[in-house]
Amino acid sequence: MAGLEWVWGPFVEFGFMRRALVACMAIALGAAPVGVLLVLRRMSLVGDAMSHAILPGAAAGFLLTGFSLMVMSLGGFLAGLAVALLAGLVTRFTDQREDASFAAFYLIALAAGVLLISSRGSSMDLMHVLFGSILAVDDASLLLVASVTTTTLLVLAVIYRPLVAECFDPGFVRAVGGGGLTWHLLFMVLVVMNLVSGFHALGTLMSVGLMMVPAVAARYWAGQVWSLMAVAMLIGMLSGIIGLLVSYHGDYATGPAIILTAGAFYIVSVLFGPRGGLQQRFFPRSHLEA
Amino acid sequence: MASEPVAPSVELQNVTVCYRRHPAVHHLSGHFRSGSLTAVIGPNGAGKSTLLKGLAGVIRPNEGRVIWQGLRTRDVAYLPQQVEIDRSFPLSVSDVVSMGHWRRVGLFRALRTDLRSRVAEALAAVGLDGFARRAVGTLSAGQFQRALFARMLLQDAPLILLDEPFNAIDARTTADLLAVVRRWHGERRTVIAVLHDVAQVREHFPETLLLAREGIAWGRTGDVLTGENLLRARSMAEAWDERAAPCETPGRVA
Repeated sequence: MAGLEWVWGPFVEFGFMRRALVACMAIALGAAPVGVLLVLRRMSLVGDAMSHAILPGAAAGFLLTGFSLMVMSLGGFLAGLAVALLAGLVTRFTDQREDASFAAFYLIALAAGVLLISSRGSSMDLMHVLFGSILAVDDASLLLVASVTTTTLLVLAVIYRPLVAECFDPGFVRAVGGGGLTWHLLFMVLVVMNLVSGFHALGTLMSVGLMMVPAVAARYWAGQVWSLMAVAMLIGMLSGIIGLLVSYHGDYATGPAIILTAGAFYIVSVLFGPRGGLQQRFFPRSHLEA
Repeated sequence: MASEPVAPSVELQNVTVCYRRHPAVHHLSGHFRSGSLTAVIGPNGAGKSTLLKGLAGVIRPNEGRVIWQGLRTRDVAYLPQQVEIDRSFPLSVSDVVSMGHWRRVGLFRALRTDLRSRVAEALAAVGLDGFARRAVGTLSAGQFQRALFARMLLQDAPLILLDEPFNAIDARTTADLLAVVRRWHGERRTVIAVLHDVAQVREHFPETLLLAREGIAWGRTGDVLTGENLLRARSMAEAWDERAAPCETPGRVA
């Protein structure tokens, strides 16, 4: 029973592992569907940009109050939202594309964040904000993560139709008076919320990993929006469990272990996924008659 | 479609639409009659698509006014050039066509059985019987255009705007979709289509607006599409001047 012991042991024995597990599950459940929609909107890299944009807010919160979860989260949320709003507005009112505006604003935000931390804090503080510490997740941050996930799933359920329609054919939704900008902004709020909820556990750099990697991998397995979300959630949660175990047993850093596990799922998907994986391309089954 | 829509008309009052101060549509005035079937034709860069966006309310004119008579936003069905749609998107054909029910189901109401059966009818009307469950990514360009026409059938809009609807579409599909356009015309809807095939316009469209940023001619197709007018349109569209002076013209009626 050594195998089972390997899987259950750490969680049975240690409260911090159980907390970390619950946090991972919650993050995966909320972030994965958001990631799927980001991929479908061709905004895969925007998640990454936004995760950097959170930094100056979190840093400001840290400098004001030390490691206060609520203040840092609120700061990160506001900073992320500001970047999303500014980039969105600049895109809408000038000729530049969205990805260009995001690139400009997140780099400004990132530099501001690093400047804030390096002027007052130590490099350990910077490491904490960048990489998080999932093994130090306490009740308050667990509550935050769970609330964000619950809110995300509820809001997504309510705005699912206009959001998906707007994603597929923004011109149509605008033309029928479906209000494109509202859904886009609501969605960006969800993106920022999920990154903030992930950042305490996984760090700003890693929280985007559980959002995007499972979502990108899911495209090799599923062909509809809802099934993409389901597959992405599954991959995200499995990555959480396996990553935690690998990190515990192998004594590796937790955040990277989780995202690398998701990365392994991604590579398997690229190789063997039934929807356009490499195996299909290089070892095609014989073609049909019609 | 079941209900007889009130055919609306659209009036242009001295409309100018610019990109970086250069007019794409320049001092255009005129009137799309209620229930008319009009082709908008002209050389590349003549402002045809821009005009259609202005008519659809997607962009605002920099000067002048577009006046919808008896119309709300939801009464306009606008088909832009398909390059703006991501066809690899994971939706089924019936999902896409069902979007045409938007003003009946809005954001939250369920698609009832009768609305579903109208989706099937619309698919049949455009020759896409049996395609409902297919992913849109598997459709050919022509089939995809048929699906978009099916969606517009469901929109049941009194004003229909088509931007190059038959681009890269084969003859048979074009013929089928032109039949849909004639059906709309028969139902007294106002239809405005941007086209570039002069022979097609002569054959199927009773009225024509010949555009080369300014209106060259507007009226019965036979009167508009003269050799002289077409030549004038061609020479005017090419006149882009990087150092053009600010325009002083107060307004002009085509």
